[in-house]
Amino acid sequence: MASLLQSRTPSLSFSSSLSSTPVIRPSAFFLKPRSGSRVPVVRAKIREIFMPALSSTMTEGKIVSWIKSEGDVLSKGESVVVVESDKADMDVETFYDGILAAIVINEGETAPVGAAIGILAETEDEIAEAKAKATSQSSSAPPPSAPKVEESSPAPQVDAPSPAVAAAPAPTAAPSTPGKVVATPYANKLAKQHKVDIGKLVGTGPFGRITPEDVEKAAGITPASKSNVAAPAAPVASAAPAAVPPKAPSSFPEIPGSTVVPFTTMQAAVSKNMLESLTVPTFRVGYPIATDALDALYEKVKPKGVTMTALLAKAAAMALAQHPVVNATCKDGKSFTHNSSINIAVAVAINGGLITPVLQDADKLDLYLLSQKWKELVEKARAKQLQPNEYNSGTFTLSNLGMFGVDRFDAILPPGQGAIMAVGASKPTVLADKDGFFSVKNKMLVNVTADHRIIYGADLAAFLQTFSKIIENPESLTM
Amino acid sequence: MQASVSSLSISLPNSTFRSNIRFCGLRQQALGFQSVSQSQLNKSQRIRIVGRKSRLQKRLVSVSASDSDNGSPTKSFDYDLLIIGAGVGGHGAALHAVEKGLKTAIVEGDVVGGTCVNRGCVPSKALLAVSGRMRELQDEHHMKALGLQVAAAGYDRQAVADHASNLASKIRNNLTNSMKALGVDILTGFGTILGPQKVKYGKVGFPDNVITAKDIIIATGSVPFVPKGIEVDGKTVITSDHALKLEVVPDWVAIVGSGYIGLEFSDVYTALGSEVTFIEALDQLMPGFDPEIGKLAQRVLINPRKIDYHTGVFATKITPAKDGTPVIIELTDAKTKEPKGTLEVDVALIATGRAPFTKGLGLENINVETQRGFVPVDERMRVIDANRNLVPHLYCIGDANGKMMLAHAASAQGISVVEQVSGRDHVLNHLSIPAACFTHPEISMVGLTEPQAKEKAEKEGFEMSIAKTSFKANTKALAENEGEGLAKLIYRPDNGEILGVHIFGMHAADLIHEASNAIALGTRIQDIKFAVHAHPTLSEVLDELFKSAKVNASVTKPVSEPVAV
Repeated sequence: MASLLQSRTPSLSFSSSLSSTPVIRPSAFFLKPRSGSRVPVVRAKIREIFMPALSSTMTEGKIVSWIKSEGDVLSKGESVVVVESDKADMDVETFYDGILAAIVINEGETAPVGAAIGILAETEDEIAEAKAKATSQSSSAPPPSAPKVEESSPAPQVDAPSPAVAAAPAPTAAPSTPGKVVATPYANKLAKQHKVDIGKLVGTGPFGRITPEDVEKAAGITPASKSNVAAPAAPVASAAPAAVPPKAPSSFPEIPGSTVVPFTTMQAAVSKNMLESLTVPTFRVGYPIATDALDALYEKVKPKGVTMTALLAKAAAMALAQHPVVNATCKDGKSFTHNSSINIAVAVAINGGLITPVLQDADKLDLYLLSQKWKELVEKARAKQLQPNEYNSGTFTLSNLGMFGVDRFDAILPPGQGAIMAVGASKPTVLADKDGFFSVKNKMLVNVTADHRIIYGADLAAFLQTFSKIIENPESLTM
Repeated sequence: MQASVSSLSISLPNSTFRSNIRFCGLRQQALGFQSVSQSQLNKSQRIRIVGRKSRLQKRLVSVSASDSDNGSPTKSFDYDLLIIGAGVGGHGAALHAVEKGLKTAIVEGDVVGGTCVNRGCVPSKALLAVSGRMRELQDEHHMKALGLQVAAAGYDRQAVADHASNLASKIRNNLTNSMKALGVDILTGFGTILGPQKVKYGKVGFPDNVITAKDIIIATGSVPFVPKGIEVDGKTVITSDHALKLEVVPDWVAIVGSGYIGLEFSDVYTALGSEVTFIEALDQLMPGFDPEIGKLAQRVLINPRKIDYHTGVFATKITPAKDGTPVIIELTDAKTKEPKGTLEVDVALIATGRAPFTKGLGLENINVETQRGFVPVDERMRVIDANRNLVPHLYCIGDANGKMMLAHAASAQGISVVEQVSGRDHVLNHLSIPAACFTHPEISMVGLTEPQAKEKAEKEGFEMSIAKTSFKANTKALAENEGEGLAKLIYRPDNGEILGVHIFGMHAADLIHEASNAIALGTRIQDIKFAVHAHPTLSEVLDELFKSAKVNASVTKPVSEPVAV
């Protein structure tokens, strides 16, 4: 692809520039590519490679691939990294000779124009310093600074002491020629990728050659699973809304006779949502609620086609109307999104899957309409005819396992919502009132899981109190 | 050969473009003896059978009507036209000759179809069809993105090899039948020129036959070139001839030469599970391609695959595996001639180019001296003798003349010769002949590369511009999840002339013809940009390419006469 130097595009930009202090605002060092005087002061020998602006509209770029690896010697004009712009992938060249000391933004990650994506050292002695700088970059650089690859020891020495050498048995079958290393092309690539010193390996392949498996063993990787470099560290839930779930290297022992059944689309969606939920800091608050009055009401309205689901949904909606924060959503980690309507999603198990049909505007519809609506939704769900807005527009979720006799459980907060309520079975419970009188009343335990970024303990407690009052005095539900 | 390649490319004047002439998508390197500009284009080839066949069927009708299409010889000659060599070049010439009413015979010493059909482009396309599918099925990410679930893909080596050999025999039969049906006499045996308009042919151990013809075309083709110091045993040190039989899929194969042949085989071998090491004498891989395309191709076809490479080195000595030792390759620095270590691999594939097959042709009988094996010809394919005089009634086409070692170039040259001998002057524009490399994705090109165009622009004092489009912006490519690709147009903004087009991307080999036809017909960008392309198709990549070019001229007149090379 066009080298930036040769290309005819007017918007030339820099792949690397100078920094004289450890941390700088990279954009300050964007220089017009005027021949000759592009470098104001040459003092430090450590340079940053910046995300170039490949077009006038480009605000951020994705690293397609690093052509060079850490430790590679670069010469001026050589392509170092491939960056994806709005239209095409472009090779980015270095303007300086040096050694690629550290990669700050890994392949597949994105950085804004002007952010440091790699560090260039002039000599080997400066690699350590450059690496340190790279580490500081990732903490102090602009938002999207991705975690640095630091999978080998943080020590300045490039080669991590290879544990495999010690582990390997005494080299019985020495290679034919001592001192000569024969490694296959892929073994070499892997060794470079995982920073394994290939010279210290003992090949097990034909003619004593080092095979990809040997390198993988030395790098401590189970063959077949190609886990790519370092997984992102702590979810610094910022710029990237869709935080990447940590890649599980998943090497479970093989149990003979097991069969593998791939996920259906629905199951895959559930799996994806569940993983995503891990990025949200949640907490739970439980509340016991007497249901005698509700049960009595249910008996009365049951003949009119009202279901317990509709009753609970209506009660939740009414409570939410008084506590809008519990109906809110945190979308970006920085703000509340207050939802204008109260849409109660109700989890149902259907055809081996799980889906959440949504009762829209549950606070506004009366109990009978709500019940009718719910019946339609369930029928549609069975027939797989739910429209997307009928299962993904929920602002609050209700999950009821009470009919199975479950007395309490813990629900996982679905992504995009602030809270989910887990309803247990209503059971006769012996109670002592404040005067010391015993009585037996039906009680159920509800347990709400909420996103603590927007909903705090007191919010949830107040919401539950309101909810319990509605359940305990359910007349308002029928109004 | 590697040594000679490098020294030659240094000694040649103007050798900024490397003169890698290739044939068939399977040849790597050879040097033309004519001017560099004649041989600068690397071409690969495709088969003409489909088009031929349909034309053949039409013609069969006329055969029955006119009773004999293969005309009767004039004067006292046995034939009007005698072609030595029944490869794709000879075949193309023979068919056109019959169309022109010439009584035609073709001499073949081996099998009809020549290198292309039997040991070149045809079987290699079968292997590449397999490798393309394997690659796709193994690409979990790609499959997942399309929503497909595929269990581990595997292959049966023998069945793959059979597919290649079956394809070759099918095409060979088609070729043979098409000539037989038209009444072309197929004479079996090696042909030798005895004198002007006189040829003898015959099999070993049989009496020779002597025949005369008014005009003679030499179309004897080429064989794999094996540099000195390399011992080919056909098992562990092999050429493309052996590799196409796919008798083994080695764990580790070294490919000497990173041109078309090497590149295509690296695609096949890595898809089938081998690891590959390239050994390239020049400083960079894929030296014949436009540098920008080569760079992109390297990023897609080499770097992510299980391939490594040594550039700027010769494989000075290759010893086949025997008695429990692997294949040993001794490397030597191309410039300093110092040893650069050794490689130990399972198989070494020699893909260093093709050498003309012109021995035993009896050229000495008519005072013609070959140049490094090639038969010297002028721009009309007329053979030139040792005294720089034209040999009357003798032509040479295809790999044997080395102008452009591509099957379809040979065929085009053959047709051009037939036009001339039947009374119409014709000069073939070699710059309009496209070339393709059938890797996944494919590479194709026509005309000049950017450095060549730059040099021409400087020399002739015109301005040169470049336009590019990406497959990323093409709907069809994105639907196929194959957005990786680039099309590049090199043109003159002052008059809209197309100087060269280079494509890297899905179906690039099929896409190039819009550009090559435009060059052949002298169509200019400001005219072709109004041509309509079906949506959504890959052809819109070229549509967008032409539309993105900024041409100052608006008047339509022929750009220039087709240039003969």
